[in-house]
Amino acid sequence: MEQLTHLPKLPSFGSLRKMPPMARREFRNGMIFLIPWIVGFLAFTLIPMVATLVFSFMNLDITDGVLNKPEFVGLDNYITLFKDPQIWSTGATPGSLWVTIRFGLLALPVGIFLPLLLALLMNNKSLRGQNFFRTMFYMPYIIPFVASVFLWGGILNPETGWINRSLIALGMPKDSVPGWANDINWVYPTYVIMGIWGIGNAMLTLLAGIQSVPTDLYDAARVDGAGSFASFWNVTFPMISPVIFYNLTLSIVGLFQYFLVPLVVNQGTGRPGGATFFYNLYLYKTFFTNQDMSYGSTLAWLLFLVILVVTIVLFSTARYWVYYASEK
Amino acid sequence: MDAVQKKSRLKKNINATFVTTFAAAILALFLMPFLFMVLTSLKTPNQIMVLGSPIYPAMPASFTYEGDSTAEYTFQIEKGGRMVDEVISMPEFVGETLDVYSVPMEDGSMRSLALMKGANSASIFLDPDDPEEPPFVWVGYYKGLERPWSFSPSWSNYETVWNDINYPRILWNTFFYAFFTTVGVLFSCVLVAFGFSRFRFPGRDFLFVVLISTIFLPGAVTIIPQFTFFSQIGWVGSWLPLIIPSFFANAYDTFLLRQYFMTLPRELDEAAMIDGASPLRVLWSVILPQSYAAIVAVSIFHIVWAWNDYFGPLIYLSTKMENQPVSVALARFNGMYGRQPQAIQAGALMTIIIPMILFFAAQRFFIQGIVITGVDK
Repeated sequence: MEQLTHLPKLPSFGSLRKMPPMARREFRNGMIFLIPWIVGFLAFTLIPMVATLVFSFMNLDITDGVLNKPEFVGLDNYITLFKDPQIWSTGATPGSLWVTIRFGLLALPVGIFLPLLLALLMNNKSLRGQNFFRTMFYMPYIIPFVASVFLWGGILNPETGWINRSLIALGMPKDSVPGWANDINWVYPTYVIMGIWGIGNAMLTLLAGIQSVPTDLYDAARVDGAGSFASFWNVTFPMISPVIFYNLTLSIVGLFQYFLVPLVVNQGTGRPGGATFFYNLYLYKTFFTNQDMSYGSTLAWLLFLVILVVTIVLFSTARYWVYYASEK
Repeated sequence: MDAVQKKSRLKKNINATFVTTFAAAILALFLMPFLFMVLTSLKTPNQIMVLGSPIYPAMPASFTYEGDSTAEYTFQIEKGGRMVDEVISMPEFVGETLDVYSVPMEDGSMRSLALMKGANSASIFLDPDDPEEPPFVWVGYYKGLERPWSFSPSWSNYETVWNDINYPRILWNTFFYAFFTTVGVLFSCVLVAFGFSRFRFPGRDFLFVVLISTIFLPGAVTIIPQFTFFSQIGWVGSWLPLIIPSFFANAYDTFLLRQYFMTLPRELDEAAMIDGASPLRVLWSVILPQSYAAIVAVSIFHIVWAWNDYFGPLIYLSTKMENQPVSVALARFNGMYGRQPQAIQAGALMTIIIPMILFFAAQRFFIQGIVITGVDK
């Protein structure tokens, strides 16, 4: 992602006209190959994005399967949005945005540090059978997430799962074992555990990054008297910081859109006690269940703006801690 | 070898044992659900509900008498406060399945015995290890005894899945979906990646950044007009909204292929160009034959992605159960059998078996593909 920190310029039409014939042919040939993506980008990304924005200023209601006459309603949807108790917390009831952020505060550190710790373990020179471990730790990544949710859900089933049966066998009273996905205090850890098989990809990219660090850098660090932590912090970490940055950005963007697990595990009800009523679940229900296109679009644009702001903030911090070797 | 060397080698071995054991323990925890899935899917509903039942699939032990004894035994046992004669005629028990109990004997040992006649204060048992020996009376309340478990897998859960979600059809749908979207992705991403890697023109880098930034774009901001559009033209309920977009290139696979193409030497395609080959010809005859590994990696990634895809099929095929792929069908199955872990685990196993086989058959390409995209981030 080396180019992402600064945006290249789109050429002006004047400069294209002034191109020599060779360059013009190169331009034409290159653009022909990009056509599938450009058409797809317009049809499935840019135009729908603009349409979503337009919908959010309109009133598109469906009654009995028929669309009412569309009207522009100005900022009405946005005014509703900023007063919506389903988004913003009011008193003791958590809004869906806060639910999403609260879960993210637990899930994000796990999603960043666990793959890193595993990659460091895989890279440990005392580990025998590195290829075997690498393959096996990656393997669950390819399991369809619905199935992995049911596998972990089975282990964590309050009545029949192995975890609670073991806790009871170890002497824990039957009424004090965790209720996992049905327990307001345990539902977030349960979701984190259910998502743990997703770390394989991050682990492998981190491992590839760690292994591509030139050994003479470590030798130099050792000569300077660096211990193992100091050489990790001063050599390994800067070298893999682009991968960590990429994983971090993608995790945050993914967490803001988190809703398939609560949809499958708790049937999208928000149970227990509204703790799993995530923002994107609210959006999904607004559009697919209540068929409210306008308000759904407004929710989508708020989500987009929140993600955009967070991403911009993240990218602006990048130059303080992300090291790009290619910036020659 | 001197002592110092020996000592350092010993230390190395201890370290290796320690680190490898530690990794193995974590791996065992990490993969534990697979064992749970296999064992649970072979259990009967009765076993699931019994607290303290073994973790392997088992049934309460039983014994079928198949002897040819013609003996008849008469026992005196207490019934309702008085002694009565109980006659056991062995030929009557031939072919009969008897429940086996763990019976405490007078000498303090436990024996697994088959119950022939039970009463409140005394019962008649047969030794299943030695069925031709005469049965005997055990004094005590047999219903207070525990029944030992014997290993006995039950395959009926797989049958339930096979029939209840029309598994052959669901599997066919998933193959169909995976195949056509993979064709679409290969076709479009190869073209686009070639365009991004082999031509220099103004605006290219800008477009590439736009392409990559779509990875970070939340799907919610495009899905409402997309769904509405597909619904207006009558495609909802069909495969078209899921398959057609795959023919218009996606950022991940284009990125992977572009990174790979960039590593190929330019001399060969420049030579072909000088010989008058068209760009398409260069792509087909020069680039693609060298890109076997990347093409395979993209195909496998995409097949696995299609197998995993849940949201797309959920929204476009929720009204058409017969068209659903395996992930959506499994979630539906969970709705039907939510309280029956053995059925759910059998369904999960039948969902993951094919991607797992594919993974182990082609893991080299997987790992390679990740490294191609990973290093240049």
